[in-house]
Amino acid sequence: MIGTGKIKQNANVLDKPLGKGKQEVSLSAFAFLFSELVQYNQTQVDNISELETRLEDAGYAVGARVLELLCHRDKGNRRETRLLGILSFVHSTVWKVLFGKVADSLEKGTEHEDEYMISEKELLVNRFISIPKDMGTFHCGAFVAGIVKGVLENAGFPAVVTAHFVPVEGQQRPRTTILIKFAEEVGTLLMLLHLIFHRYPQSCIAERSKVSLIRMPSGYWYGIKDYCNKCG
Amino acid sequence: MAAIYSLYIINKSGGLIFYKDYGSKGRMDTNDSLRVASLWHSMHAISQQLSPINGCSGIELLEADTFDLHCFQSLTGTKFFVVCETGTQHMEALLKVIYELYTDYVLKNPFYEMEMPIRCELFDINLTQAIQKDRVALLGR
Repeated sequence: MIGTGKIKQNANVLDKPLGKGKQEVSLSAFAFLFSELVQYNQTQVDNISELETRLEDAGYAVGARVLELLCHRDKGNRRETRLLGILSFVHSTVWKVLFGKVADSLEKGTEHEDEYMISEKELLVNRFISIPKDMGTFHCGAFVAGIVKGVLENAGFPAVVTAHFVPVEGQQRPRTTILIKFAEEVGTLLMLLHLIFHRYPQSCIAERSKVSLIRMPSGYWYGIKDYCNKCG
Repeated sequence: MAAIYSLYIINKSGGLIFYKDYGSKGRMDTNDSLRVASLWHSMHAISQQLSPINGCSGIELLEADTFDLHCFQSLTGTKFFVVCETGTQHMEALLKVIYELYTDYVLKNPFYEMEMPIRCELFDINLTQAIQKDRVALLGR
């Protein structure tokens, strides 16, 4: 080989392995940066809901990138096709990488079919923030809601994600809940298809036809098993 | 028995941004507390000029018959001072703790305007906890 030593020196940056990067970032540095983000956006908007929208958009950009990075780094380039899979991915992997710990809990909503909630005693971004009384229901966790939305939408599960304070008895500070409401196409169409083809009470279309994935008009594949009551 | 009578925080121009009293002995109405704050600010500045040695950083401790006043000035000119019983120990450490709470829950709050009165819920909660811990430790000794 001609000049192996020299080749090593000029190694293409694209050939170097992707490092894990710095695992830790100063909390204070992040808190100041986030505080500045909120203050800057406050000067650009007229009301609170616009401010929440802006924070959400900022989080959306983060979510989209985080999804790409984590899929490559932690999941070996496998894409999640199941609803519960992507939710637990957000709840554990994404939370672990961004906030250093797994989210407190993941619950399914009781009122509506496609509602899920990730709740946390106190979001890391809100650690040092006290909302003044005249701002009403404003929640800086809109940023985190945006991150979740970015991850879900870019994985093919469109959803509306919002952050809420939930008062808890016996505690001064309310808990935070990230409410995820999936778009209709994620839930109803698959249920409908399943109902149309389901003739045998014992077995399900998935087993009968050996089909477990369906391709949606959006170009993404979804898993049927999530929506089958009998074999789910 | 409260070792601390009251806590004042004043901004770099001498305006009172935070005042809390613990017990009836330290209580003062709003106008009086504002006056005391600006008075202390002036005295602190004058003491820096009066010092025979250059580089004086101002009054740190004022001892009187019935009370002590400990003062801490940050690098930015914000002053934290506490009026307490005579002979109370470890007030310097407490003032440093309060300064840390200030940097965390007031300065990192996007809704706080610099040099304005402090209206941060988290700061109040954590301050109460810190004072409580100090009181418990004091009684324990």
